[in-house]
Amino acid sequence: MRFAATVSLAALVAASATVSNAADSSDPIIIPIHNWSSQIVMSHVVGQIFESMGNNVEFVTTDSQAVYESVRLGDVTLELEVWEGAFGASFRSALEKGGLHDAGTHNAVTREDWWYPMWTKESCPGLPDWQALNECAALFATPETGDKGRFLGGPVDWLKHDQERVDGLGMNFVVVNAGSAAALWAEIGAAEADKKPVVVFNWTPNFAEAVWPGEFVEFPAWEEGCNEDPSKGPNPDATYDCGNPANGYLKIAAWDGMKEKWPAAYGTLTQISFTNPQIAEMAKLVDIDEMEPEDAAAAWLEANEDVWKPWTGGS
Amino acid sequence: MAVADIPALPVRQALDRPKVATILFAVAILLAVVKPLLPGFLIRVPDAAVLPYQDWLQWFFDFVKDDLGLIHVTRGISAGLEWLLDITANLLYGKHRWPYIGPIPWTAIAAVAAVIGYGLSGWRMAALAGGAFVWVALIGQWELTMETMSVITVAAPVAVLLGLVLGILAWKFARFEAVLKPILAIFQTLPFFTYLLPAVIFFKVGPTAGCVATIVYAIPPMVLMTSLGLKKVSNEVVEAGHMSGSTRWQMLRHVYVPAARTEILVGVNQVIMLSLAMVVLTAFIGMPGLGAKLLSLMNSLKLGRSFEIGVTIVLIAVTLDRCSKAWVVKQPEHFERGTPWWQRNKLLLIGIAAFVGCIILAQFVQVADHIKRNQDLSMGGEIDDVIRAILANDAINAVTGWLRWFLITWVLIPFRNAILWLPSATVILAVAAAGWYVGGRRSALLAGSFFAVIALTGWWDRSMITVYAVISAVILATMIGLPLGILAARRKKWSEPILLVCDTAQTFPSFIYLIPAIMLFGVNDVAVIFAIFIFATVPLMRYTIEGIRAVPEELIEAADMSGATRSQKLWKVQIPLALPTMAVGFNQAIMFAFFMVIIAAFIGTQDLGQELQKTLAGNELGKNFVLGMCVALMALAFDHIIMRWSAARRKALGVG
Repeated sequence: MRFAATVSLAALVAASATVSNAADSSDPIIIPIHNWSSQIVMSHVVGQIFESMGNNVEFVTTDSQAVYESVRLGDVTLELEVWEGAFGASFRSALEKGGLHDAGTHNAVTREDWWYPMWTKESCPGLPDWQALNECAALFATPETGDKGRFLGGPVDWLKHDQERVDGLGMNFVVVNAGSAAALWAEIGAAEADKKPVVVFNWTPNFAEAVWPGEFVEFPAWEEGCNEDPSKGPNPDATYDCGNPANGYLKIAAWDGMKEKWPAAYGTLTQISFTNPQIAEMAKLVDIDEMEPEDAAAAWLEANEDVWKPWTGGS
Repeated sequence: MAVADIPALPVRQALDRPKVATILFAVAILLAVVKPLLPGFLIRVPDAAVLPYQDWLQWFFDFVKDDLGLIHVTRGISAGLEWLLDITANLLYGKHRWPYIGPIPWTAIAAVAAVIGYGLSGWRMAALAGGAFVWVALIGQWELTMETMSVITVAAPVAVLLGLVLGILAWKFARFEAVLKPILAIFQTLPFFTYLLPAVIFFKVGPTAGCVATIVYAIPPMVLMTSLGLKKVSNEVVEAGHMSGSTRWQMLRHVYVPAARTEILVGVNQVIMLSLAMVVLTAFIGMPGLGAKLLSLMNSLKLGRSFEIGVTIVLIAVTLDRCSKAWVVKQPEHFERGTPWWQRNKLLLIGIAAFVGCIILAQFVQVADHIKRNQDLSMGGEIDDVIRAILANDAINAVTGWLRWFLITWVLIPFRNAILWLPSATVILAVAAAGWYVGGRRSALLAGSFFAVIALTGWWDRSMITVYAVISAVILATMIGLPLGILAARRKKWSEPILLVCDTAQTFPSFIYLIPAIMLFGVNDVAVIFAIFIFATVPLMRYTIEGIRAVPEELIEAADMSGATRSQKLWKVQIPLALPTMAVGFNQAIMFAFFMVIIAAFIGTQDLGQELQKTLAGNELGKNFVLGMCVALMALAFDHIIMRWSAARRKALGVG
């Protein structure tokens, strides 16, 4: 009895000690990295910020969809780029199951929609209007699509509704899904040689903007409920008859246990917010300037101390 | 055909196998011909009859994981693995973990590799082994390579040990083997996307999940080769062991295992090669190093540097392959009694001396310790330009453009539509007919029921699109690979280089093919089939060459003496005798094609691979597993039919 009391007292003291000190655990914070440059550099930037605060950080490469299950289980600690369009579904389903939460939203807005490289405009001058695109549909025809135009969509696991939009707006296009981002770039890269017109799925912020100048197709503007309510959008009988929202969120997700285990780092994490130009800059350092991600992150941190220093101080 | 025979279908003894097969096939065709009159359930299983297998499986997974607490067991295993991985990671690339002494300088590792190469088969191997590591360091990929190696140096030995134990158990207990064999077969044919989620959930994302997936993938040949080798140990050897009074353990340790040494080492070689084959795919679940870098480079379309990584992987694979093969051939050395220990262990001492020497050197010379970023010799940018120039070449584009148009409009789309048009019942019966032809009722039931199960899952159309891609690619591979293989086999001068090309193509990460395939043909079925074709041609060529080369000299001489011309010799002697081996190659080609068709989802397909990719977004384990089983069942049905045929043929020919 007395022993138990002593033990529990000791535990209490120990617990209160850790709380009052709010010292971060010395276990490494595990940051997942995926296979696109801006995310890799951003992860290293944040990792190096944590390291400058005295934390241990480790990186692990993972699939960008399966990662939410790992955050939920605490195997990785956070996820820095939750794109509304591409990963919203995985993120929401993980939120429902519990174990991770929304730890903040970047200042950056994301846009994911039909896009064409500039040379396409030469043969279809009416762009970026979607109706003009539809009139040029024959330009984009390929053997497998017959006389209809071909739109190369993103991977199916990004859960886009391009086919529904084509039907809803009565467009003369066939949607073909690429299997990966790399497949999209390869298609644009191949079209670049003889300036063949293409229209593909693309997004911003993204390194591709710097390599191939281009524009998004302007669809009827997004209205709330367009995907559920047929009366929204130009076609009164169809859903999905709008463009994607031009300002999708880019969130940060964190494991529920992070707040207790690394309170200081968590405090910083909730302050973090990058803008579109900053993210594009990070991608550029790797994709155009050919730096290694770790070096790119260090270079970015050095050049932007006024941006990130305040995040570490407060709380 | 004789439709009147149909009522008599229940097996009559009088009917021999080809006849029954013909009848079954005739019924299958008849069903297709009268399709408009058929009841709906013969064309496609109606939605109402598709049971919610995926929900049941999902429930089962959740039950096993949470209620039975399997996750605690697997997490315990991964904690053990992690401890091992941390040690290798610290030693090889200096991860901040116990024992905190790494990283070992690259010169030390390269020197030791060279000494091992020398010990296994002389100077040429020493140059290859040492040279491979020097290349890796000079090209600036040392750390990435060591990250990869830190997982493989754990995964491969664990796979070898586990495989050895399972193989011994399978050899001792026939019942265990009967259970193990189908499980191994399913593991080998289950598509990679099906491993991904369970590995992440049960074994923790990161090197541990990568390590587990590698072990699972690499283990089957080790088990099979071990039990095969043990079964082949001759009675004389066993008796000699008994006579010298060995205990059971001694029998195993000093009689059986040494006698089966060759087969076991072939198994080791296979484990190493399969582990390296997984380097890129496991990057999706946390495997660090070359694979992860390759994926991110491909996503920013840096072809040149991806290519360099591919070369590194091939070099390492070739080095390890040649070393382990040399180990197979090398007989244990025996020394005279009384040889001093330093003479017996001369190579070991040289190795240690080189290792220590290099470490000391590295303390003073930075280049010997690690190569800095701007000191490397990477030519990524230049290679990039060359690849792009080739891909942008007008002549090449004209050819690929025409090929694309021709194949899509005249071959692929009609074939695909035809296969989708066929009623399910026709396909199932046709598969059963093939089964009956090669192996009688049992084979027919097995193969037919595999396809019937797929029909019942409701994923029939997707599965047929998968089959269509596999068949198209394998036909193409046969049309090109077989003649090349036959040509190569007839001239010794050619067969060596072609076999080398085969080796290289097999270990070159398949991902790298995907991008050029897209740039040449665009995102469509031609690119998909082209990517599968490259991968599937390799085993076809290799087994054709080996089959023809293995035709006994006496038979060739006999043909020569009876005055056969070259082409007669080829068509009447060599090819018929090589056919069973060629069939094994054909089977391998189909298995590889089933593997690759799922990977080709990264190009963009409409088959099971695409659906599998979709399940990753929602973490739908149940659906994922159902789809994976569809792929595995189709592959297994093909495997069964072809291997059955090959075995029967071998018996008839009296070879092998």
